Amino acid sequence: MASQDTVRDDGVAKASLLYDPKVRGIVVQVLVFVGLFAFVYWIVGNTIENLQRSNISSGFGFLSGRSGFDVATSVIAYDSDSTYGRALVVGLLNTLVVAVLGVFTASIIGFLVGVGRLSRNWLVRKICTVYVEVFRNIPPLLVIFFWYFGVLSVLPLPRDSIGLPFGSYLNSRGFFFPKPIWGEGAWLIGLALLLAIAMIFFVKRRAAARQMATGQQFPVLWTSLGLLLGLPLLAFALTGFPLSFEFPQLSTFNLVGGISVKPEFLALYLALSFYTASFIAEIVRAGILGISKGQTEASYALGLRSGTTLRLVIIPQALRIIIPPLTSQYLNLTKNSSLAIAIGYPDLVAIGGTILNQTGQAIEVVAIWMVVYLGLSLATSVFMNWFNARMALVER
Amino acid sequence: MQEHDLSFVRAELVANQPAPRGQKGFGHWLRRNMFATPFDGVLTVLAVLFIAYSLPPLLNWAFIDAQWTGSDRSFCATVAQGGVQPDGWSGACWAFVGAKFQQFLYGRYPIDERWRVALTGVLFVLLIVPLLVPRAPHKALNAILLFVVFPVVAFFLLVGGWFGLEYVETPLWGGLMVTLVLSFVGIAVSLPLGIVLALGRRSQMPVVKMICVIFIETVRGVPLVTVLFMASVMLPLFLPAGVTFDKFLRALIGVALFASAYMAEVVRGGLQAIPKGQYEGADSLGLGYWQKMGLIVLPQALKLVIPGIVNTFIGLFKDTSLVYIIGMFDLLGAVRQNFSDATWASPQTPMTGLVFAGFVFWCFCFGMSRYSIFMERLLDTGHKR
Repeated sequence: MASQDTVRDDGVAKASLLYDPKVRGIVVQVLVFVGLFAFVYWIVGNTIENLQRSNISSGFGFLSGRSGFDVATSVIAYDSDSTYGRALVVGLLNTLVVAVLGVFTASIIGFLVGVGRLSRNWLVRKICTVYVEVFRNIPPLLVIFFWYFGVLSVLPLPRDSIGLPFGSYLNSRGFFFPKPIWGEGAWLIGLALLLAIAMIFFVKRRAAARQMATGQQFPVLWTSLGLLLGLPLLAFALTGFPLSFEFPQLSTFNLVGGISVKPEFLALYLALSFYTASFIAEIVRAGILGISKGQTEASYALGLRSGTTLRLVIIPQALRIIIPPLTSQYLNLTKNSSLAIAIGYPDLVAIGGTILNQTGQAIEVVAIWMVVYLGLSLATSVFMNWFNARMALVER
Repeated sequence: MQEHDLSFVRAELVANQPAPRGQKGFGHWLRRNMFATPFDGVLTVLAVLFIAYSLPPLLNWAFIDAQWTGSDRSFCATVAQGGVQPDGWSGACWAFVGAKFQQFLYGRYPIDERWRVALTGVLFVLLIVPLLVPRAPHKALNAILLFVVFPVVAFFLLVGGWFGLEYVETPLWGGLMVTLVLSFVGIAVSLPLGIVLALGRRSQMPVVKMICVIFIETVRGVPLVTVLFMASVMLPLFLPAGVTFDKFLRALIGVALFASAYMAEVVRGGLQAIPKGQYEGADSLGLGYWQKMGLIVLPQALKLVIPGIVNTFIGLFKDTSLVYIIGMFDLLGAVRQNFSDATWASPQTPMTGLVFAGFVFWCFCFGMSRYSIFMERLLDTGHKR
């Protein structure tokens, strides 16, 4: 006990300021900050000088100038008399169209292949493995070129178009299919569809409430499908089938009429879907493998069939593992859509690049790109985080 | 009553019995793996139909009907297209790849100087193979040679202008050598830079942390194409008048910065997975920050994230193909450029060139991923948490 007195606490140890972590931290941060500030100052000074020398006025005023170039694919009305601003909006919409469709298709293929890699069936397993290993290990740009130069541009010329069912055609100018023309009273069908969706929500809530109260189940799936198909069909019949089609017709050089999908879009869309699907497949496989076998066995022991087990036990748990990496794959797909520039699909980057060459407004265009892509990333991650939070394990 | 004891204790083991007839052989394997359930059977039939439908034409195209030799496009075009092949012919035009092989490797690098690129390649292989083989000795010396000496030697060899070597400007570079140079520099720069950024992001100093977070999140949020555009269009604006950067160098900077942001996130994952006790243990031993990180934390953290690091390397390797968009010709760019060569342009040329380029990329990427799996098993010390 006497030894306790020998250790005396003198309060703060007297260390040299050089070794004080707090002081060091502040010094390092001040140095870093000053260094960065000086660097940025130098860059900004150089940039201003360079811009003045080449007579480029900075600012976003150029956006209201006449663009003077045409865009092959556009969702909204656009011609060469439109402004640069509108051209950029066209590009953004094109990016969004290909990204949304790509995400949708890639998810479907990815889930199928991911489940297929875990199949009991040896042949299916091998085919899925080959698919994943091939597409994961080649650059996305090559896949885009493959579809564009390898497949779509060697299709026959319009006069020898390949005829497909339902009056659609495939040729080197793209994919052509009939355009539906809605007649009078067609809005009623849309209204019926909305009504059906509203009723499905209502039925689902009532069925859940009834099951909680009485334990009796209600065939929600079949009722929903019936409502979803039946109500619009009924409206369709009652309004006297107000639908006709404008079929693509063969003219001298091209097909006219109908709706056409350009090969640039098709190539980009197919390439992004197939490429990203291979990554999604791996994520899905890892997610399903991440669920312990005991879960399946317990579910069987409770008397659930294998389909029900998959739907009620495995997938809800696997989704928790799958969603975060899936989000980053969706973001990758969106960012990879900028490769459109290599085959001339007018997305945001391609149109921005044209504007950049025409006006020389490099800083502004790059700033717009950055803001848009960061915005898209942020929006996607906010949505996926919300979805993830809904799916996350609720612990009591 | 003892002579009527009916109990029986076997003194020796029964000899192993063969498996029942229904439980062995090819038939059993087939039943188990292909026709376990009716649904499985349907799947198998569909899969067989799919293979029977797609594989023979593919093999036909790639090998049997392929044109292996020839001196111009007429060998790979049908009569209607101005060639010698019968109408309806479709096959790979390997003659095109053969004729352009040198260009796919070296781009427009002067023919008399190509031995320099080949020598660099041989040096690279000689240095990297012993580094990758775990049993080869002198790892530290090897690494110094590869990451310090080799880049200097390679620079003088490839660029030239010294020691009587002719100066070769980078716009003449192309093909696989550009792909490999970009990837090597990208990998060699992005790993250390990514580690520094990851450490910065987990730093206690708010200013350092904020700078790292902003850099990482901005770069990760935008596509590589825009980063490359930035590097090629905006870098000249940032520099004082008169100072110009080589286009190749600009692309290198773009690719390396882009990859380092992704690398930083991978390394951060590893740093977060190291238990707090390791950090505290290092602190209690009196190690300084860099000693703590370099000797205790990073060796464990990096080992944990080898798959992620290699994935980033693979991503970087694939991403080098995007320099085509800012007007440089890597392997894919060189192949793409030759589609429009009038001597060889035929309907079969693009597909053949792309299949060749795809195969080369595939070999490199697949090799890297297999090596990472091998390394992961080798380094697995069994300390699974």
